[in-house]
Amino acid sequence: MDIPGWTLLFVTLSFGLYLFIAWVSRVRDTRGFYVAGRGVPAAANGMATAADWMSAASFISMTGLIATMGYAGGVYLMGWTGGYVLLALLLAPYLRKCGHYTVPDFVGDRYDSNVARFVALTCAIFVSFTYVAGQMRGVGIVFSRFLEVDIDTGVIIGMAIVFVYATLGGMKGITWTQVAQYWVLITAFLIPAIAISIKLTGHSVPQAGFGAELQGTTVTLLGKLNQIHEELGFSSYTEPFLGKWDKINVFCTALALMIGTAGLPHVIVRFYTVRNVRAARWSAFWALLFISMLYLTAPATAAFSRYYMIESLREKSAEELPDWFRSWEKTGLIVWLDGGDKKLQYVGEETPETAGRNEVFRRGKLSAAELAEVKKDHQLWLATKDTEAVRGQDGRVRMRGEKLSGPDPDIIVLATPEMAELASWIIALVAAGGLAAALSTASGLLLVISSSVAHDYYFKMINPKASEAKRLLVGRSVIGVAVVIAGLFGIFPPGFVSQVVAFAFGLAAASFFPAIVLGIFNRRVGTTPAVAGMVAGIGFTATYIIASVYGGMPSWCFGIGPQGIGVVGAAINFAVTLSLAPFFPAPTTRVQNLLTFMREPEADGGDAA
Amino acid sequence: MPLDQDPLTDCRRRYWRANAMLMSVLLLLWATVGLGCGVLWADALNAYDLGGFPLGFWFAQQGSIIAFVALILVYALAMNGLDRRYREEAAKITSSEKDS
Repeated sequence: MDIPGWTLLFVTLSFGLYLFIAWVSRVRDTRGFYVAGRGVPAAANGMATAADWMSAASFISMTGLIATMGYAGGVYLMGWTGGYVLLALLLAPYLRKCGHYTVPDFVGDRYDSNVARFVALTCAIFVSFTYVAGQMRGVGIVFSRFLEVDIDTGVIIGMAIVFVYATLGGMKGITWTQVAQYWVLITAFLIPAIAISIKLTGHSVPQAGFGAELQGTTVTLLGKLNQIHEELGFSSYTEPFLGKWDKINVFCTALALMIGTAGLPHVIVRFYTVRNVRAARWSAFWALLFISMLYLTAPATAAFSRYYMIESLREKSAEELPDWFRSWEKTGLIVWLDGGDKKLQYVGEETPETAGRNEVFRRGKLSAAELAEVKKDHQLWLATKDTEAVRGQDGRVRMRGEKLSGPDPDIIVLATPEMAELASWIIALVAAGGLAAALSTASGLLLVISSSVAHDYYFKMINPKASEAKRLLVGRSVIGVAVVIAGLFGIFPPGFVSQVVAFAFGLAAASFFPAIVLGIFNRRVGTTPAVAGMVAGIGFTATYIIASVYGGMPSWCFGIGPQGIGVVGAAINFAVTLSLAPFFPAPTTRVQNLLTFMREPEADGGDAA
Repeated sequence: MPLDQDPLTDCRRRYWRANAMLMSVLLLLWATVGLGCGVLWADALNAYDLGGFPLGFWFAQQGSIIAFVALILVYALAMNGLDRRYREEAAKITSSEKDS
């Protein structure tokens, strides 16, 4: 069977499994719909959290980014795992003890104010929608790359699947499908990683192969990679703090991602689904353990594929190029524009010796027609460049001007199975894994949107007398509408989405995290200081990001770029809240009692709520 | 009896203090390994070699993640133990109050 045949088989089988799980775990009450009846075992919740957390970007793009960035790629690895320590120690057990359904619910009760509740639910919806649009697009992209269907058709298929299992089973259905999705995605990620590790270093554990010597030589993989990078004019793979990734930016970006992770509502709500506080602590451990399976492997795969890719491309003629290059060239993820010597040159563009010699590019944001145009002009230029009448245009100059040098980072994960010469069914498994990663994250986010609107807004603020059946109906309808809106965002991606997603962490870091932490650990902070802190933190961060990305503002704040500014925003939030606190009334007795209850150890066997 | 001498309140206060202590120590380790070894001292640590890895690079891409998992494991074990000890102590206090 060929690759599309296997892909179709795996995708159909895995989708069938998700729908089956959804049918088995359908729910009849709001407790089941929002918090899975609080009966999810800790290890299962860990798997669900891991699948919820690892999105299409973690699965497909992160490894490629690390391969391109070298040491600085560690900001994603540290940032997206370190946040779990904050979550486990500072937030999860206390929030579970309170026994709410959602994060805005906690904020509203702790600060005893519907204004605070409304600010929190607006933040939750905003962060979740920007995030989910990227996931839906991811589903479409995976479909288009592996099954050669239109991206839009892919988005619609993904929408239909999520629609069924999210409306039917709510949090319960989502949880158990996420458990299945975790195993699909981790298997799909690990098999190619192990295979390429064995091929290059002879080690079957990628983490060991990562530091080992290349097979048949006495040079370590990383040593060789540094040497190649130097020869070809790329910056060193293992040396820290090069270019725009100086020490303060690596530090602030890693920290902003950590704090942001701990403040993301779709991760926090997962801790509401377990039986008691003890299980919440354990499930934080399981979650990070399961996440680390992918996050410890990704940097190894990045180094293997980076080395293998350069070695199998550099100085090769058209006949010598490997098969994987040919298959991914069709998608525009990698483009070769020869300078005239008929040998492929893949070099860095920063150093004077290699500047202007690079011939490897990616299609990026160009349409297929535009890329064909560039290639046609380039051929014309190549044929006439040594004559008097030069026609066409050097495509390399054009692509460099568009900032499209080098292959698309996604190619690293997508092409690794072919680089490692694995069977075509494993390549198909990667497609199923990418879809599992995108669908699991999308469904978790959709539930946050649904609960924010149906529980926090409709039930808590508009109609507190609503019957159980009515609340469940509203919850189901909102999730249905949210799926459709998210799908439309996937089909017609608004320009700002791709940029905003990267900054969602900064916004979460500057708004939620300080408000929740102070809400738990400080008895004196009342409503007004907390709301003022959230508004100041998110206001500063959003303004700084918008002004630097769209307004070309220089990074005046200690040279910190927009990715890391969330740290400063969070610090401002803490500072504003704490300095205003003494001048405003302390929380009411009701809130004080909630705080006392939260700080007590749970009764044996946990709380029933 | 004044409130702050109530043995149950005292027991609860000790529990919270032990919790805060544990949390501070673990967060300090979190910052030292992740942000310290992985970022702040990464350039200096890169002079050392750990089984084929420059040490600073290893901390940024492997070591910090392993440390994070270990920290949460220690926290879960220690806190759940603290909870259990509190419950035992509280049960003893309640039963002795009943006796008197």
